[in-house]
Amino acid sequence: MDQREKIISVKNLVKKFGDFEANKNLSFDVFKGEIFGFLGANGAGKTTAIKILCGLSSPTSGEISVAGFDAYHETEKIKKNIGYMSQKFSLYSDLTVKENIRFYGGIYGLSRDTIKRKTKDLLEKLNFSEHAGSLISSIPLGWKQKLAFSIAVFHEPKIVFLDEPTGGVDPITRRQFWDLIYETAHTGITVFVTTHYMDEAEYCNRVCIMVDGRIDALDTPENLKKQFGADNMDEVFVRLARAEKK
Amino acid sequence: MVVASHISISYKKVNALKDISFSVNEGELFGFIGPDGAGKTSLLRILTTLILADSGSASVFGLDVVKDYKNIRKITGYMPGRFSLYQDLSVEENLSFFAAVFGTTLKENYDLIKDIYIQIEPFKDRPAGKLSGGMKQKLALSCALIHKPKILVLDEPTTGVDAVSRKEFWQMLKKLKNDGITILVSTPYMDEAELCDRVALIQKGEILDIDTPMGIISKYKNVLFEISSDNMYKLKGDIGKFNDTLSVFLFGQFLHFSPKSGRKDTDVLKKYLEEKGHKNIIIRECKPNIEDCFMDLMQSENG
Repeated sequence: MDQREKIISVKNLVKKFGDFEANKNLSFDVFKGEIFGFLGANGAGKTTAIKILCGLSSPTSGEISVAGFDAYHETEKIKKNIGYMSQKFSLYSDLTVKENIRFYGGIYGLSRDTIKRKTKDLLEKLNFSEHAGSLISSIPLGWKQKLAFSIAVFHEPKIVFLDEPTGGVDPITRRQFWDLIYETAHTGITVFVTTHYMDEAEYCNRVCIMVDGRIDALDTPENLKKQFGADNMDEVFVRLARAEKK
Repeated sequence: MVVASHISISYKKVNALKDISFSVNEGELFGFIGPDGAGKTSLLRILTTLILADSGSASVFGLDVVKDYKNIRKITGYMPGRFSLYQDLSVEENLSFFAAVFGTTLKENYDLIKDIYIQIEPFKDRPAGKLSGGMKQKLALSCALIHKPKILVLDEPTTGVDAVSRKEFWQMLKKLKNDGITILVSTPYMDEAELCDRVALIQKGEILDIDTPMGIISKYKNVLFEISSDNMYKLKGDIGKFNDTLSVFLFGQFLHFSPKSGRKDTDVLKKYLEEKGHKNIIIRECKPNIEDCFMDLMQSENG
């Protein structure tokens, strides 16, 4: 038995939309401080599962707990204990950097003093202090992504969901972003991340690959490569997703 | 044939394109590779006569983008980054509409789009808005091809698309290229560069380099190693503090490291890492890929 603390526990998750079964009996656990990669082709059912884990959609059946709360009845508590960021989810572009931080801090119920103190730390850490008063619309995309991530973990959630966080950013910023992910995981926050960059799958502690509503593989990148006799995660992914199409 | 010379455009304070010049040969599959905000979309919109450059000139098959814009539109197929077909029209209606706009019919050019269209034909009565991402992409490509264009311009067709569908999309492009269509395509995925005949690496409105993928890689001048150990997180920090480190980047299961000294002897590094407590250390020389080159060019540009 794995003794680590479970942050997400999913048993026999099924989600149906009418006759269509988007999630077919998913079972997996995610542990404290783990970087958990969630991969799959478009339409494999990733978004459906993430919405349930974030408390935005109700499962059809199964036992699901996130950050210790039940995904049927305690969705508000789930929302308070998670962070979320996606490529499409942007900060408010007509607010400044500092205003965005204050806004999200307030939404998550942090006190004024805490927000003030943490804002200063955050801006220093990101080297953004000079730009605290800049409008979001005026800063480069790479900065925005780093800031959006930092704001998603500003209230120190137990888990942060990152939905294609690095889409479209330049290769150097993409790597700096992963440095932030590693740092965050080391502080004990669980990172649940989706990506279409297969090199990024290698950076995860464990990777789960969804195919057609099912989980077809779940293990460390090392073990998956061994299991499929592949040189890299790209090959693993292509083999699983292609097999489905045939 | 596409020729652009000294193109600049700015939006308010942002210089989106700064004095860009290049040419694309007939029948070439040419890629613009760069992150969001590099200026790719602006450039493609100027070439497709949708916006005007502030300065500079450009022509497509000898037609000027300002004076002859109407004729350029007749020979160009354009697939914008955002899905722009009529969501409430069916697959077949969208195709017929675009065919009619260009004075042709689905029947007349069926051969050209057959391989792509056949995959969505079973859903021809479904509204375009109700298609999956991959099917929308195929429909958009079919619509861009329906008037048998000489040149196809695709703005980030594979963004947000999974690794398998991306590979399939590039196979379709290769086939269209073999049919003689000139193709300009933009992408933020560096690995797709290797599927183009030639590429322009573009960043902050400037072209860092234009060449064949092999040509770009052969210009990389640093010595490069791939390194791994039992603790990758710590490894990156430790190599970052090593006194001979020019650059160290995460690359899948390895770090890519290049030494300032250009030395190929790695005994000192290995000893340093062993002293730091790393086990199962692998250090071996490796070939750079386009992403290594892009990052190197970005850094010399900034430095």
